Amino acid sequence: MERDSTIKIRVVNLHKSFKANHVLRGVHLEVEPGESMVVIGGSGSGKTVLIKCIIGLIRPDEGQIYVDGLEITSLNEQKMNEVRKKFGMLFQGGALFDSMRIWENVGFGLRQQNRLNEEEVKRIASEKLRLVGLKNIEDLMPAELSGGMKKRVSLARAIAMEPEILLYDEPTTGIDPIMADAINSLIVQMREKLNVTSIAITHDMKSAYKIADRIAMLFQGKIIEVGTTEEIKNSPNPIVQQFIQGKSEGPVTQL
Amino acid sequence: MRFVEEAGRIMILFVQTLGWIFRPPMQGREILKQMEEVGVRSFPVVIITAAFTGMVLALQSFTGFKRFNAESMVGTVVALSITRELGPVLTGLMVSGRVGSAMAAELGTMRVTEQIDALYTLATNPIKYLIVPRFLAAMIMLPILVIFADVIGMLGGYLVSVQILGTNPTLYIRRTWDFLEFSDLYSGLLKAVCFGMIVATISCYQGFSTQGGAEGVGRATTKAVVISSLTILISNYFITVILF
Repeated sequence: MERDSTIKIRVVNLHKSFKANHVLRGVHLEVEPGESMVVIGGSGSGKTVLIKCIIGLIRPDEGQIYVDGLEITSLNEQKMNEVRKKFGMLFQGGALFDSMRIWENVGFGLRQQNRLNEEEVKRIASEKLRLVGLKNIEDLMPAELSGGMKKRVSLARAIAMEPEILLYDEPTTGIDPIMADAINSLIVQMREKLNVTSIAITHDMKSAYKIADRIAMLFQGKIIEVGTTEEIKNSPNPIVQQFIQGKSEGPVTQL
Repeated sequence: MRFVEEAGRIMILFVQTLGWIFRPPMQGREILKQMEEVGVRSFPVVIITAAFTGMVLALQSFTGFKRFNAESMVGTVVALSITRELGPVLTGLMVSGRVGSAMAAELGTMRVTEQIDALYTLATNPIKYLIVPRFLAAMIMLPILVIFADVIGMLGGYLVSVQILGTNPTLYIRRTWDFLEFSDLYSGLLKAVCFGMIVATISCYQGFSTQGGAEGVGRATTKAVVISSLTILISNYFITVILF
């Protein structure tokens, strides 16, 4: 099973605690190549911890993560760095480097590799920015942009190195509904144009329905249900139903 | 217990930083930027500190020495105190206040806004990219600042002695030169190198381990300055014991 090439990312029995707080309690998840997986769950359910484990920012206490069949939780920092080159990540607040211009942000990874000259890096940065619908902002600083624009720039930075896998941390949180819809469309476009595998975490169901091939629900540290958008909508599980309908009363709040 | 744990973590970061210094790619641009920040921008503060310290030193030692008719030794005392002790220590303290706080605040903000995580995802090691340039800049620029502090401090002492206290200028300079040894200068510079490493490592550690938003950044900044200042003063004693 370790070399199963039809699964892009496989998470097996993942556990993670922070002091007394047992956040992940045995997560299983499989993502197929080219698939868009959306993990939904309440605030503090461990969604962010899960994707940070997948990209190696947090080391899990127990369990395995396979990326293209390679087990990554036991890798040293240098090898993990190589695996990270397959990934691009969009952070919740954008996480742009605020001491750098926009094009330097987008071209950061390229510049670090030292293979291209400044001109070429800037040209590629502009190209990626156009891909996310931004023009003529190359020389601005991140502080001059709105929240939604920052997210787009962050997306441009994530795709600059042409990753195979994109991770989205709450892509629509904290921006207005119109911008949120634009971001959702971009995420769909990224999959179509760049043919990437993606994992997004969100609690915004509208966004989840729009971008997901399959949806997984994380609850109390475990994935309690995985299915296509239709399957999730029609799930008989009362916990899933309460969450996707956004009701304040139900099994989740009783626990 | 928490103190021991933190000291251990700082030591680990120090060793990791040393390990990353020699691994490519060299972050030339970042190193230069930090050298400007640590060195050039700290220059005025260090100069003013050194000048007034030299001046007050001349006044005080004159008062004392006059009581046993040794006024002519003021130049020697000023030169030795500045080069061996006050130059490196005061420069170290000023830099820890000016630069250590800035390092902790900047890296702390980067931590809480996930910019440090973003570096990892762009296949860039944050120790290599953020800490090594600051570490090298502090290590290189602090001794250079101390050389200026030494010169300006002695000059301050000279001016006060000659202009205000009426000491013979030739005698003052001769007393300075006759007793000043090369070891006085380089022991001070060696201290400066150590203080540079201390300020950079402790401040970067505080920045990297920041938790909990704006309040956390404030806490990290305070801790960076307090801990690196205390470490400078304590290690100063032990370096002196070892060197002399």
